[in-house]
Amino acid sequence: MLGDLSVSLWRGGTEGRYETYSVPQRESQTVLDVVTFVQRHIDPTLSYRFACRVGVCGSCAMTVNGRPRWTCRTHVSKVAGSGRLEIGPLENLPVIKDLATDMEPFFEKWQKAQGVFAPTKTRHDEIEQVRPDSPARRLADAAIECINCGVCYAACDTVRWNQDYFGPAALTRAWTLVNDERDAGGTARLQAVATKGGCHSCHSHQSCQELCPQALNPTAAIAGLKRRTTAAYLKGEIKA
Amino acid sequence: MSMRLYLWQRATAALMVPLVLVHIAVIFYATRNGMTAADILSRTRGSIVWASYYGLFVVAASIHASIGVRNVLAEWSPLTDRRAERLALAFGLLLAALGARAVYAVVLS
Repeated sequence: MLGDLSVSLWRGGTEGRYETYSVPQRESQTVLDVVTFVQRHIDPTLSYRFACRVGVCGSCAMTVNGRPRWTCRTHVSKVAGSGRLEIGPLENLPVIKDLATDMEPFFEKWQKAQGVFAPTKTRHDEIEQVRPDSPARRLADAAIECINCGVCYAACDTVRWNQDYFGPAALTRAWTLVNDERDAGGTARLQAVATKGGCHSCHSHQSCQELCPQALNPTAAIAGLKRRTTAAYLKGEIKA
Repeated sequence: MSMRLYLWQRATAALMVPLVLVHIAVIFYATRNGMTAADILSRTRGSIVWASYYGLFVVAASIHASIGVRNVLAEWSPLTDRRAERLALAFGLLLAALGARAVYAVVLS
């Protein structure tokens, strides 16, 4: 036995409080293991969200000792040196209950940034030949591993201050599609991300790339959108 | 921030890079050479070059700063965007008036 952890968990909705539980510490224990222990052994009314437990689904992100993280891939030994853990819901999103947030605003903004692939071909056409080493494909590949966990959205100061701001994930998705040569939504998507709440609201604080569990760089993607929209505007392709 | 404001703020920032460098160089030159106010005024009075240089500087700084203040107010204060824009516009006009007065004082008075 390694002793007990002092674990404070957010309980309630937007109005709530932290309640402290004692959880036995174990080898190779993740923060998600700790939350699960509380629900299964101490208080079954605790609400939280998870699915895969291996960093694939992106549904278990929470605020752990002040930082948004995937709880399934965060080892307790790395974040609870003092034996204390404070786990809350993701910031910048409405709290449904306890550790579960409402992701609807996150995905609504994803739609506003036109994050949906616009196909140029049908299933009856030949498969498009895409060179993996082409400059555009490299840019598209750089951010394609985003799984929409919401960590960057929760970490973003601009999202906190500006309710209209689409956020890093939505804009990163837009940048991926802008660089996808199979996509037909180019100009309309550039127009969408150049409107209120779009890429020009980003202050480049870089919390998103600092905390992205996938080690993606949304700040660079947003900077790319700023350059691309500026060029499109100067050519008269989009309106300010 | 709208794209139009973004472009104005970036364009005025780019414009001010050389203006600030020359401005700092002038300050160093004037202080290192022990120039008095009278020495400086004798060079600036009636000079179209200095009037244009600092006139452009004032315009660029007023636009740049007022857009920045608008963003700070919109994000950090409870003001609506419309009110933030009006206040920032008033701030920009104040900066422009103060700057124009200073340029007038050293070039035309």
